[in-house]
Amino acid sequence: MTADEARNVIIQAMREVAPEVDLGSVPPEADLREELDIDSMDFLNFIVGLHEKTGIDVPEEDYEHFATLQGAIDYVVRRSGAAA
Amino acid sequence: MTFETIRKEPGTFPAPPNLDDYEAARASFSWDDARRRLDGLPGGKGLNIAHEAVSRHVARGQGDVVALRYLDKRGGQRDISYAELDGLSSRFANVLADLGVEPGERVFSLIGRVPELYAAVLGTLKHRSVFCPLFSAFGPEPVQQRMSIGDATVLVTTPALYRRKVLPIRDSLPSLRHVFVVREGEEAAIPDGTLDLRAAMNAASESYEIGPTSPEDRALLHFTSGTTGKPKGAVHVHEAVVAHDVTGYYALDLRPGDIYWCTADPGWVTGTSYGIISPLAQGVTMIVDEAEFDASRWYQALQQHDVTVWYTAPTAIRMLMKAGTEMARQYSYPSLRFVASVGEPLNPEGVAWGQEALGLPIHDNWWQTETGGIMIANFASMDIRPGSMGRPMPGIEAAIVEHDKERGEVRVIDEPGQEGQLALRTGWPSMFRGYLHDEERYAQCFADGWYLTGDLSRVDEDGYFWFVGRADDVIKSAGHLIGPFEVESALMEHAAVAEAGVIGKPEPTAGSIVKAFLTLKPGYEPSEDLRLDILGHARRRLGPAVAPREIDFVDDLPKTRSGKVLRRLLKARELSLPEGDTSTLEESS
Repeated sequence: MTADEARNVIIQAMREVAPEVDLGSVPPEADLREELDIDSMDFLNFIVGLHEKTGIDVPEEDYEHFATLQGAIDYVVRRSGAAA
Repeated sequence: MTFETIRKEPGTFPAPPNLDDYEAARASFSWDDARRRLDGLPGGKGLNIAHEAVSRHVARGQGDVVALRYLDKRGGQRDISYAELDGLSSRFANVLADLGVEPGERVFSLIGRVPELYAAVLGTLKHRSVFCPLFSAFGPEPVQQRMSIGDATVLVTTPALYRRKVLPIRDSLPSLRHVFVVREGEEAAIPDGTLDLRAAMNAASESYEIGPTSPEDRALLHFTSGTTGKPKGAVHVHEAVVAHDVTGYYALDLRPGDIYWCTADPGWVTGTSYGIISPLAQGVTMIVDEAEFDASRWYQALQQHDVTVWYTAPTAIRMLMKAGTEMARQYSYPSLRFVASVGEPLNPEGVAWGQEALGLPIHDNWWQTETGGIMIANFASMDIRPGSMGRPMPGIEAAIVEHDKERGEVRVIDEPGQEGQLALRTGWPSMFRGYLHDEERYAQCFADGWYLTGDLSRVDEDGYFWFVGRADDVIKSAGHLIGPFEVESALMEHAAVAEAGVIGKPEPTAGSIVKAFLTLKPGYEPSEDLRLDILGHARRRLGPAVAPREIDFVDDLPKTRSGKVLRRLLKARELSLPEGDTSTLEESS
C-alpha cells in the first residue's frame, strides 16, 4: 500500500466512526486525540474498521503509532507491506 | 459458567483492613462517630469540604505529604504537596473573591485532569461557591444545557475546549461572567473573552480564610440524566464530606501512606467524590494521570508509582481484558493491596480477571450521582460473590421495595431473590438535597422515608445485592447515564429526521451503547451517506460520549396511543426478546 492509499483508507475508516471529523485538514503530526473529539470507544471502532478494510490486525501495543495521522499512515504502509 | 465465591481471610492480611468485621462495624456505626473523624473549621465555624480535604492536614503538620502526583500526557511528573495544594486552592478562592463571585454561585469546569482543576474545585469550596464539573467529551449542546440550568457564573476550561464547545453557545449563557482558560504550554494568545487562569492565580494571595460554612450549605452540583426532559442537577452540601471520608475509609480501605489512583474522569461524580475529596480527606497521595485510557501506560503507572489502592471502572477493566492478561503480567504490582470498580455492574469475568492479571480480585461497588458516595460495596475483608455489588455500607439501610405510585407507599420485599426497586433509607450525609430548579422531580424520588434509586435489584439470602437493570429507559454507557430524550431531541434537529427512538443496546465493553432508530421525513431516503450525515450531526451537537454509536432507519416507530415512542419495545425487538403487553400500542410493524 502506498502512503496515499493508506491515508485514504484511514480517513475513510475514521469517517465511518466520526463523520464530523475532517481528518484531511488535521496537520499530519498533530495529536489526534487532542485535535479530534473522539473517545476510547471511537478509537477501538476505528481500529476494527481499519482491520475490515485492510486486513491489518493492530495489537494493543501498537496503538501508540496512531497518535498522529502521519504515524498511522507510516504504520499502515509498513504493515500492509509486511502482509503482502 | 458459574463463578465461585472468592474467600477472604482477613486474619492473613499483612495489615488488618479498616473494616475487619462487617457485622460488628454495622452494629456499632453511627454518623455522629463518622463526623468526629473530621476536624470542622477552626473556631467552630462549621464544616467545609476543602478544609477537611486539604487545610487540616497542613494544620496538623502534614503539609509536606504529596497530595497529588500529576503525570502529564508527555511523560512528565509533578508532585504537589498538601501545603502547595492548600496554597493553590486559596489562590483560586482569592481569584473568585476579587471578581466579586459570591458564595452559592456556580463555578463550572470543562477540563481534563490538570493541577488547576484540583485548585479550582477546592478553591471554589473554600469560597463557599458551588462547583460543577462537566465532561470534556460533551458536545456544545449538553454543555449549554447544563451551564444554563446551573446558572454558571464562572467556567474553567482550556483554549481548545472553549473554542470548540463554549464559544458557539456563549451568547446563550447570560449568567456566565468569567471564563478562565488553562493554557497548554506557552501558546502566545488566549481566546478573546477569556482570562488566563495561571496568570490570575499567580497574582492572587495564597492565604485565604474560609468563612463560616454550614454543613447544609451547597457545595457541589452534579448533572445526571433522566428518561424524560432536561438533565437533572443533583445538589450536594458540605456535610457530604462525612460520607466521602468514611466510605473511603471502609469501602476503599484507604489509610495514611497509601498511593491511590482513581481513573474516573473529573466530569462525573466519581471523579469528584473519589477522585478528589475522599482520598484527600484521608490524607493519602493521589495519582492524577492527565492521559486517557492506555493499557500499557496504566500498567506501567501502577507498577512505577507503587499504587496501593486502585479505583477504576468496568469499561476500563474490559478494555484491559481485551489487551490480554499477558500484557498485565509484563509488569508487577507488589504494592497493590485493593482494587475496586464502579460505574455499572462488573461482570464476574472481570472480578476473576483481576485475580489472574493483577493477583487481586476486583471489588465492585454501587452508588449514584444522587447518593454522593458509595452505598453498597464489596469490602476488603468480605467474601466476594462475583457479579454482586456487595453489601450496604455501615450507616446505610438498603432494601428491595415495591413502590405503589398511586398511594405513595413503599412495601419492603423481604423474600430473598425477589426483584424490585433498590431503595435507601433517607438521611445519610451525602444524600442529594435537591435537583436544581426542579423540586417536582426531586420529590418524585422519595416515598415513605425511602430514596427510590430507579435501579432494579435483588438481594440474596446472605444480604448481598445484585443489580438487575434500570427501572426506566435511562441508558448506562461506559458507566455514564445518558437520557434518551436528550439524544432524540438532538437527532430530530436534523432536517431529514422525522422521529427518533433511542435505546441502550448491550455491548460487551461499554455495557451498553446508544442506538437510535429513526424515521425520515418525506423526500428523504435511507442511505449510507445520510446515516453518516446524521451521525456527524449528532456527534457535533452531543459529543462522542452521548451521541449514538449506531443508527438504524425504520419505516415507523412503535408508539403508545398517546404518541409516546415505546423505547422498551424497540429494545425488545433489537434483542429479539418477548415484546410483552402491547395493548396500548398505536401500531405494530
